Amino acid sequence: MSSKIPLVPENVKPLPRLSENEGMLSWVASVDHKQIGIMYLFSTLIFFIIGGLEALIIRIQLAQPEFNFISPEVYNQMFTMHGTTMIFFVVMPFLIGLGVYLVPLMIGARDMAFPRLNALSFWLVVLGGILLYYSFLTQSGPSEVGWFAYAPLSEKPFSLNKGPTYWALGLLATGISSVASGLNNIVTILTMRTPGMTMRRLPLFVWMILVTSFLLVFVIPIIASAFAMMLLDRLLEASFFTPAHGGSAILWQHFFWGFGHPEVYILVLPAFGIISEVVPVFSRKPIYGYEFVAGSTVAIGLLSLGVWAHHMFAVGLGNVTNLYFSLASMLIAIPTGVKVLNWVATMWGGKIWFATPMLFATAFIIEFVIAGLTGVAVASVPIDWVVTDSYFVVAHFHYALFGGSLFAIFAGIYYWFPKFTGKMMSETLGKWHFWLTVVGFNMTFFIQHFLGVMGMPRRTYTYHDFPYWGSMNLISTIGAIILAVSVIVFAWNIRRSLKHGEKASDNPWNAWTLEWYTTSPPAVHNFELVPPVRGRRPLWDLAHPDQLDEPNSKVV
Amino acid sequence: MENLGGLFNPSSPEMEAMAELTYYIIAISIGILAIIVVAVTYIIIRYRKQSGDNSEPYQNFGDLRLEIVWTVIPIAIVAVLFQLTCSTMKTIDPAVGNEDPDIVVIGHQWWWEFYYPKSGVLTANEMHIPAGKKMLLRIESIDVIHDFWIPELGPKIDAVPGHTNHLWFNASEEGVFLGACAEFCGTQHANMRIRVISESEEEFNKWQEQQLVVPRTPRYGKAGTGAELFQTKACMNCHTIKGTQAAARIGPDLTHLNRRQTIGAGVLTNSPENLAKWLTNPQKYKQGSLMPNMKLSDSEVEAIVAYLEGLK
Repeated sequence: MSSKIPLVPENVKPLPRLSENEGMLSWVASVDHKQIGIMYLFSTLIFFIIGGLEALIIRIQLAQPEFNFISPEVYNQMFTMHGTTMIFFVVMPFLIGLGVYLVPLMIGARDMAFPRLNALSFWLVVLGGILLYYSFLTQSGPSEVGWFAYAPLSEKPFSLNKGPTYWALGLLATGISSVASGLNNIVTILTMRTPGMTMRRLPLFVWMILVTSFLLVFVIPIIASAFAMMLLDRLLEASFFTPAHGGSAILWQHFFWGFGHPEVYILVLPAFGIISEVVPVFSRKPIYGYEFVAGSTVAIGLLSLGVWAHHMFAVGLGNVTNLYFSLASMLIAIPTGVKVLNWVATMWGGKIWFATPMLFATAFIIEFVIAGLTGVAVASVPIDWVVTDSYFVVAHFHYALFGGSLFAIFAGIYYWFPKFTGKMMSETLGKWHFWLTVVGFNMTFFIQHFLGVMGMPRRTYTYHDFPYWGSMNLISTIGAIILAVSVIVFAWNIRRSLKHGEKASDNPWNAWTLEWYTTSPPAVHNFELVPPVRGRRPLWDLAHPDQLDEPNSKVV
Repeated sequence: MENLGGLFNPSSPEMEAMAELTYYIIAISIGILAIIVVAVTYIIIRYRKQSGDNSEPYQNFGDLRLEIVWTVIPIAIVAVLFQLTCSTMKTIDPAVGNEDPDIVVIGHQWWWEFYYPKSGVLTANEMHIPAGKKMLLRIESIDVIHDFWIPELGPKIDAVPGHTNHLWFNASEEGVFLGACAEFCGTQHANMRIRVISESEEEFNKWQEQQLVVPRTPRYGKAGTGAELFQTKACMNCHTIKGTQAAARIGPDLTHLNRRQTIGAGVLTNSPENLAKWLTNPQKYKQGSLMPNMKLSDSEVEAIVAYLEGLK
């Protein structure tokens, strides 16, 4: 230190940087969207491992007919917790967390519109998870009534344990969190875009997060009020859903699926967003039909609000009702098909670099087409009467949510990991992870289509030794074990890359959206300077001033 | 070994119509999937980045005509599928009107009760029907939601408390068709199985007559002791045996137990040995079942088995 008094006081403590370890407090107390995003991603990874172990226990129990690995009660707890965990504590918070990290960067903003609300949203998810898993410590264990918690089974006379109460409380907490982050996203995206970033130039990932956020704000209140009614029934002897006391069992299903079907799109639209970012960058071409990819998302979002009763074709609502919901559900195939074809057209004529993110994205396209086609099949009422509540449906929605959402999530992790951490992930381990996941996933779930149409109901802890049933289930279980190995490889890849990963440049994939303009990892304030946005691909325009995407656009 | 082929073995006109529709949709789906897989495979081979080539490809932003084409074609496919859906539904689910049901199906945790209102027969878990005759079922539940499903004979339909459903039901051939509850209904959802015994009209009528006979209650010997135990132990609190004071409907009607093929809604085949095992500890074979372990001694079990197996 010089003995002179400096004219400007010396900055003793530099501005905090993510790369510096500032201890737990800097994370717990953070309102920075990047730190919150990383906490989202990290906590979902933990829940993913827990939910995966639950799935493995389910598959081991089903490996052989009449097998006695776990009791029926424990089996029912496992599939209840597996479904609840994977939906509410893995896929949903992962995609929200990814949005929280990326949206401000992609639109050139400093942070979310409401940073404190953002932190509250994250900590409510943690609270919800703790409430849900606390039920393991109660005398009779967690809920045994499935993630759908159909009344009156979930009601007092039939479920006297405390599990469903903790379940509803936990999900109520995450529900509040989801509405808050939905609102936060909407305000951020509508008001905080950097000059030049018009809605028609918004990265598609941001478009999908925007539509998803509207869905969150519209549909979470439906299920939150249903949870409140369920808690009133269970704790204060109300009878909204108990037919024995004048309530309605079917009402719960309307509430549940009124939320539950849009929820499917909440889980899958941001995944479409990831694919719409990864496919163009690795094909070295702009997205084909940008307006149609964005517009079809809005169409899916609107249609998804009016199709819920296709989950209820066997309830007996009458055939006029059934046919309406059948047609509305089939219509969703049209905007979804438009998306798939635009992704394929984006790849067509490209110079495709099959790095790990692109491998997952390519597998996503095929697997999601399978999910979509079986989805159209189950939208047809008579076919639904054959396959609903059977293993066919288990196969169908795992193709949508694992083959779809989770594959996109893996693509997204490999794609943005260098931005989040400043380190590249190992390509060798990534390819191992990819191939193990593809083989394990398809081996586990494809065969379940056949088990379902042959007559195997879902949610059964055991089954009779019918011809082929044992061997088909065994194949499925072996697939699940391969998946378990793939998750170990993946977790190892993350750990190894964090410690010894090759240093990542600011833009290792030569991508075009704004997040790749700043440093890897980004500084706390995100950008020193936001580059001019004069098209959909600001970084392409910077690199190719003679070949602008919108040659006539003016810099704002 | 019993067989269950489901969709691959449709055994009623309704199921055949549903299988046909399913095959149509599978054929269309395989066609669409094949187009995508072929296109992606071609892309992977043809448009892979060559090493050393760092130039950017032609930047193509889209084509309105192509977008219209691949929006209109799926609309046409959906229209066809919806038309097929409507016509199939007309075949398998015509309006019921005011017709009285032939059989009332009542779901219980975790067994099925079948009541034949036209004859007054009441039985459990095993439904007899005359082959080739279209029957109208009314589906109800006494507790939680169940679902009646015989994969080879027709659609699933929920048994909802406070709401009745109807199902046209039919088996083209004679034989045994297996089914199960398809809506999760609690601990023993897996063991809530159904046997449909489709037989000739003659045999069906014979079965119905025999079901209506009130069996004589034995007074002496082992069976007599069993009959007495049945009334003095808690058995009668849940079960019915016609001609005795036992008239509760919490558990299955046991009036003609000997004629049934299985015990415990399909967990054990019905034999004196299995019945003895079941009575000794039902929780061992159907954990969570509402029938508790009655802690009967071996001789008590033996006596009750002798009584119940005599109920023909």
